[in-house]
Amino acid sequence: MIISVASGKGGTGKTTIATSLATVLGSSAQLLDCDVEEPNCHILMKPVLQTCESITVPVPIVEMDKCTLCGKCGEVCRFSSIVVIGNQVLTFPEMCHGCGGCSLLCPEKAITEGCRELGVIETGLAGPVEFVHGRLRIGEAMSPPLIRAVKEKINPHKLAILDAPPGASCPVIHTVMGSDFIILVTEPTPFGLHDLKIAVEAISHLAIPLGVILNRSDVGDREVHKFCVLKGIPLLAEIPHDRQIAEGYARGNLLVVSAPQYIREFLEIFKKITELINGSKSNLKEALS
Amino acid sequence: MGKEIDSQVDPRFGRAQYIVILDQSGTVLEAVDNSQNLNAMRGAGIQAAKILADRKVDVLMTGHCGPNAFTTLKAAGIKVVIEQTGTVKEAFDRLNRNEVAFTDKPNAEGHW
Repeated sequence: MIISVASGKGGTGKTTIATSLATVLGSSAQLLDCDVEEPNCHILMKPVLQTCESITVPVPIVEMDKCTLCGKCGEVCRFSSIVVIGNQVLTFPEMCHGCGGCSLLCPEKAITEGCRELGVIETGLAGPVEFVHGRLRIGEAMSPPLIRAVKEKINPHKLAILDAPPGASCPVIHTVMGSDFIILVTEPTPFGLHDLKIAVEAISHLAIPLGVILNRSDVGDREVHKFCVLKGIPLLAEIPHDRQIAEGYARGNLLVVSAPQYIREFLEIFKKITELINGSKSNLKEALS
Repeated sequence: MGKEIDSQVDPRFGRAQYIVILDQSGTVLEAVDNSQNLNAMRGAGIQAAKILADRKVDVLMTGHCGPNAFTTLKAAGIKVVIEQTGTVKEAFDRLNRNEVAFTDKPNAEGHW
């Protein structure tokens, strides 16, 4: 089972929720930090990292003695990463998405594939929890291929918890695609609601069941509640703005460690998610029969 | 920003609406519609530079020129004059009076 934790708005508590959920599930859980631009699950989980692997994307290398300057490579490239100028072929490897179109279409087979490092993937153990995260190379602009590589580490025998980046753009979609359930963490403020709406709109195209966890639930207004009712989105839990949690977080401690009374709440969240996944599966069966 | 000799020079090269090409006497030969690059997600400067290279242009006068566009223009042997403002004609006259210098480096950051 794969559960993604996303948010829309940043700083609502994705990592807080993902790490505590993984921790209460213990040895049956695997936590994958897919926020490769700014991974931070490790700060709370304190894993012992065991492996480090470099991830690359193929980029074109042109053998000019074979090239006839036909320009097919430049025509197919949507990102202007390769272009024929006069009697030269210029490449812009930092803009290449690694689709391989140029080398495939080159009639002279003059293009071979080099590589550009995207970043690294590190794996290890945080207590009984399997831990994986990606770290994007500083200066690299493209995170989705690294996120896909992190997701290749998903252990099908575990309950995989994916901590998504904030927002509602490509990195988020690449993270949550293929999940069985998406938790959207938000806060009851106009900002939280605004970005939640965008996230729900983006994610609804994937037809994955989702639920909302309302963090700092006793600040702000009731508009997120109303939105969830209107859209039929289940509210999985409400976590109040609790000094005990904030103090623990400031020291780098997990929510369920600094406020152990929430262990039961997190187990309950997991139970609700399981029921919602099974419910949506049986609904699908009914619809198909 | 327009197709005419009296149109204002767009401060951006890659995402200028039109690229006005003149001959040595200052007659407009062509105003290339650059709207495809104007709306490109990435690589606008490279593609705009390719337009000039394919038309065998000798000199580019523009406001700002980014690193990838500059690399492409340099490969095509196109000389670049940056920091141009006012109309196309005013820029052309400055070139004719030798009041401008060719740049050896871009004057804008790459865009992501």
